[in-house]
Amino acid sequence: MIELKDVRKVYNAGKPSEFVALDGIDLSLEAGRVTVLKGPSGSGKTTLLSLLGCMARPTAGRIHVFGREITSLPERFLTEVRRKTFGFIFQQFQLIKGMTAIENVMIPAYPSGERRAELKARAEKLLEMLNLSHRAEANAEWLSGGEAQRVAIARALINNPAVIIADEPTAHLDTKLAREFMEIIENLNGGGMTVLIASHDPLIHESPGVDHVVTLKDGRIVSQGAFQCS
Amino acid sequence: MRWIEKQRNILDFTLGSLLRRRGKSLALLIVYSLVIFMLASVIFFTHAIKKEAAVVLEGAPEMIVQRLIAGRHDLIPKSYADTIREIKGVYAVNGRLWGYYYDPTNGANYTLMVDSDLNDTAGSIVIGKGVARNLPGDNYGAIPLKASDGSYLFLKVGGILPAESELVSADLILMSEKDFRRMFGIPDEYVTDITLQVRNPKEYTTVATKISQLLPDSRPILKEEILRTYDAVFDWRAGILIVILLGSILAFLILAWDRSAGLSVEEKHETGILKALGWETSDILLMKFWEGVAISLTSFLVGILAAYVHVFFFASGLFEPVLKGWSVLYPEFRLTPFIDGYQVATLFLLTVVPFTIATIIPAWRTATIDPDTMMRT
Repeated sequence: MIELKDVRKVYNAGKPSEFVALDGIDLSLEAGRVTVLKGPSGSGKTTLLSLLGCMARPTAGRIHVFGREITSLPERFLTEVRRKTFGFIFQQFQLIKGMTAIENVMIPAYPSGERRAELKARAEKLLEMLNLSHRAEANAEWLSGGEAQRVAIARALINNPAVIIADEPTAHLDTKLAREFMEIIENLNGGGMTVLIASHDPLIHESPGVDHVVTLKDGRIVSQGAFQCS
Repeated sequence: MRWIEKQRNILDFTLGSLLRRRGKSLALLIVYSLVIFMLASVIFFTHAIKKEAAVVLEGAPEMIVQRLIAGRHDLIPKSYADTIREIKGVYAVNGRLWGYYYDPTNGANYTLMVDSDLNDTAGSIVIGKGVARNLPGDNYGAIPLKASDGSYLFLKVGGILPAESELVSADLILMSEKDFRRMFGIPDEYVTDITLQVRNPKEYTTVATKISQLLPDSRPILKEEILRTYDAVFDWRAGILIVILLGSILAFLILAWDRSAGLSVEEKHETGILKALGWETSDILLMKFWEGVAISLTSFLVGILAAYVHVFFFASGLFEPVLKGWSVLYPEFRLTPFIDGYQVATLFLLTVVPFTIATIIPAWRTATIDPDTMMRT
């Protein structure tokens, strides 16, 4: 479904501050699976997620999403692929303050030109699915950490993406909320959704719902395979 | 249909975004409205007063003949009127008597003019509202005017000219021919100038040429020329004010640029989120476009409405001294509202267009934020 061939990503190329974030990445991600990228800080997890989610382009190498080569796509088409294929859950949730929970959920779908009433109905349904109907009209800044994350999940799902990408989703959650998050992810995966998570939280790595674990170090894949309890 | 819905969705988001930053948005709106208000006031006033001048001059004689001596306007012999009357097509040839009087008490210049209706009531005058305001109390009685021989004429105020004519009559004193001649020591065979009409309006220029040939020391002045002079005078004054206001416009544009270029961390962050969530650069630009439209149109409407009220209900209180001229007796009057598409288009071009241009480049810079940055904050 998503394939990376000899991908390399260099920041500030040619400058004294040049930094090789990823080097020689070959990776194949299958549909309908939960894949976790693990590794220490600076190992390249977030950069790899950015490339997989069409947020950045590799310096070298090729990326195929559903068989389509995306590295050379113009920005407009790349954005379209990103919007239609991926739903993002960011580390800090990145909800827009001053907007209500339901408004935040609807944001990614605004450019699609869908009727507002239909959009709102879908957002309400997602919030209901995540037990957040009662907080739909609450401003983002008034939500608790767990609520904010569920809003972020609803927002990631609003465009019916094929893949959910989550970057350190449990970094700001306690164990109970982290478990709840993984339950939601497992439910989504149960519905056929592909999930990509970058995390160094053992709770995620050891979750039974995880199918594939990729370990990164210094911008290179050091191991990958099905998760096995040690 | 999807396109319309998309515009609606992004417009909704933009308005929400402006409301979320209501302090900043309001500040920009106020400054923008103020700039438009000032420019619109000058433009509305200039156009209205030119229109007013044209209306006032409608009843004025089509042609005036003056006599020039050494390049200066001098008294003209009554016999010149007889010569002019002989020109074919000319009628209603009349001599006029008028002049200026400086009142040292008030530091004001009055315009004195003979009104034939007052010839039977020598010693009585009719005064304009501005003159009346300079006199103490409501019961004016007789006012003393110093004659050219040093003596004083005590002339009784018999009436006050109506307020509607104040634009042209504020400093006016109407009197009998006898009093006027005594006041200035003008002999009976002279008048200040001669007015006339021509049956065929197309012949005014021809008649003017004939008068110049027959009476070489005369200067015929057409009403059309006076109107042109009024236009030039008010355009010049408006021009001076607009040049001064250009400073404000420039300051405002710098503010607009600075606001768009120096977006707050919060705004940049918001743009980054939108990009990461699948908004294209063009969607962000569309949002910035709607933001500009919302601010521009609101400011434009507020500024124009405020200027309308200022000019047509409060007689341009702020710019009155500059725009109306040097006269010490400022007329108190309400201009007739007169706005046309040309003025509105001019204002639009002077305000909305520069604002849009000033915000395009910073908006583009913001819109091209790398969505990847969101993954790292």
